[in-house]
Amino acid sequence: MTMMRYAEALNQALREEMHRDPSVFLFGEDIARYGGVFKVTRGLMDEFGASRVRDTPISEQTLAAMAVTAAMTGTRPVLEIMYADFVPLVLDALINQAAIYEYLWQGVQMPFVLRTQGGGGAGAGAQHSKALDSLVAHIPGIKVVAPVTPADAKGLLKAAIRDSQPVVMLEHKLLYNQRAEVPDDLDFTVEIGKARTVVEGRDVSIFATSRMVLESQKAAELLARDGISAEVIDLRTLRPLDLPAIKASIAKTHNAVVVNEGWRFCGYAAELSATIMDHAFHELDSPVARVTLPDMPVPYSEPLETAVLPNAEKIAAAARLTLS
Amino acid sequence: MTVLSVDERVVMHKRMLLVRLLEEELGTLHKAGKTRGPIHRCDGQEAVGIGATAALLPSDFITTTHRGHAHYIGKGLDIYGVFAEIMGKADGCCGGRAGHMLIGDLEAGVIGGNAIVGASIPAASGIALSAQIKKTSDVSMCFFGDGAAQTGICHESMNIAGLWKLPVVFVLEHNQYGLTVHQSVQSPVADLSLRARGYAMPGVIVDGNDVAAVYQAAVEAVARARKGDGPTMIEAKTYRVEGFSTSDMGGYQDAEEIARWKKRDPLQISYDALLPLIGAPALQAMADDAAREMASVTQKVLAAPLPEFELFTPSSPYVEVL
Repeated sequence: MTMMRYAEALNQALREEMHRDPSVFLFGEDIARYGGVFKVTRGLMDEFGASRVRDTPISEQTLAAMAVTAAMTGTRPVLEIMYADFVPLVLDALINQAAIYEYLWQGVQMPFVLRTQGGGGAGAGAQHSKALDSLVAHIPGIKVVAPVTPADAKGLLKAAIRDSQPVVMLEHKLLYNQRAEVPDDLDFTVEIGKARTVVEGRDVSIFATSRMVLESQKAAELLARDGISAEVIDLRTLRPLDLPAIKASIAKTHNAVVVNEGWRFCGYAAELSATIMDHAFHELDSPVARVTLPDMPVPYSEPLETAVLPNAEKIAAAARLTLS
Repeated sequence: MTVLSVDERVVMHKRMLLVRLLEEELGTLHKAGKTRGPIHRCDGQEAVGIGATAALLPSDFITTTHRGHAHYIGKGLDIYGVFAEIMGKADGCCGGRAGHMLIGDLEAGVIGGNAIVGASIPAASGIALSAQIKKTSDVSMCFFGDGAAQTGICHESMNIAGLWKLPVVFVLEHNQYGLTVHQSVQSPVADLSLRARGYAMPGVIVDGNDVAAVYQAAVEAVARARKGDGPTMIEAKTYRVEGFSTSDMGGYQDAEEIARWKKRDPLQISYDALLPLIGAPALQAMADDAAREMASVTQKVLAAPLPEFELFTPSSPYVEVL
């Protein structure tokens, strides 16, 4: 194990997979010479050359569409889309291209990874702060992962690169400097589709994604002061969902809070809530509570942005509501 | 300039005959209410797809549009599989799941028809990028129309292809109309290959109704791409004589314009070029053979079974074989 930052863990995953498989290549805006706006690809152009680590023009729509067919023809592209807010630009490549071919042309493999980062809290304004998880998780055939810890960042990215079909990796701008122990094993991967129990509890289950897992951990501490035992589950993979883990937790606590940094209406939290209703309704003692961004743009000024983001207090309040 | 052999001309003529017969048969079946959804016929445009694909190797790739029948056949797909797919039959080359706009066959190098206008363009650039990364000599050829040329991804893809010298050939099948809207209402310039200069690639205009002219331009462009000298844009001027699709109600094309282009039928131009080389009886025999083949394929397609529905579950993670 080595202590490292989340961004360094991603960098290590990319480096290891590029050494392991010469068909892996990276492309995206500002990723080569500069090493990426969030420094995830630092040093990789020097190590692997400018053919396998490419700076690109600002052409997200085309880059994503190129990743699809490059992946079909024998390479494993890893495309960086600088902000999740730009995901709307790549939706045609995901929805109308990548998502259909495994069905239409059976046997086709499309091993590409689209890495992006979203979320608020950095004062980046309404066009650079959103979590648009539901836009990508909505698409059948696209796997979506959202690691919180540096170890999961490394393990899930390696698993995503080795996957035979498209994976979207949602990182978070406030997680890049989080430090923790990361396994050194070259074959360390984290299985896509498996949730992680962060805190065990008896009274209420909090299912969270990305940075909201950290807020949910703090919420569990707040709740513990009132004698409430909250279980925190980091979903890690947004699609395919780890349904057995969700059901097992609810069977134990009988109350559920879902937390996602995206919008509420038709949001990822709405899907989680509906899925829980479908599969665990009879285990529930109270309606599922949702904690999300309100349905409005992310404001710029600090007090305004802080007011809209889900946080530990809001999550704890939702948990108390399920128990009241 | 490449000199065409008689054999090359004959092969292309035969392929064009088959594609024309397919289009006419589809028109007949549509009128009889036996087809499903809109079908985009390429009557009058066959020379572009057949001439350009004839310059490729089996290991090369194409991406195409919603109007791809000539491209599919030119790149080597079996006419029975294509026709059966169009009719939604279990024997279709995609089992009836894709339909005529989305036919694909990786082994044949057909990375799809594409019914999102413009999407064939980055698709071809992506394949070319893959070839460049892997250092193979594969070439990717993109078919797109004058409507698609107005999309943002067309600009983005050509810019990237020019910048990285990708092994791709952009074949602009300029049939004058984007659905019902004439090119003059879509672009300030009639010759879209003017743009090639801005992407540091050659831009060539050819008579898209002359299969030999298209083939010759494609041979040069493919050789250039294969050598690593980068992309070429071929603007093949042609015309869509049978409307946008089988659902097209018409009324926006000038009758005189249609008549003028019908006189320049690519099959007639090819026939006239072959006549002094092989004579009328040989040409008649080719036409008869094509008609017989089409009749037998049609009969088999109509008799083929429809597919049975199976729910699809996207694949689980890849297990690498070490």
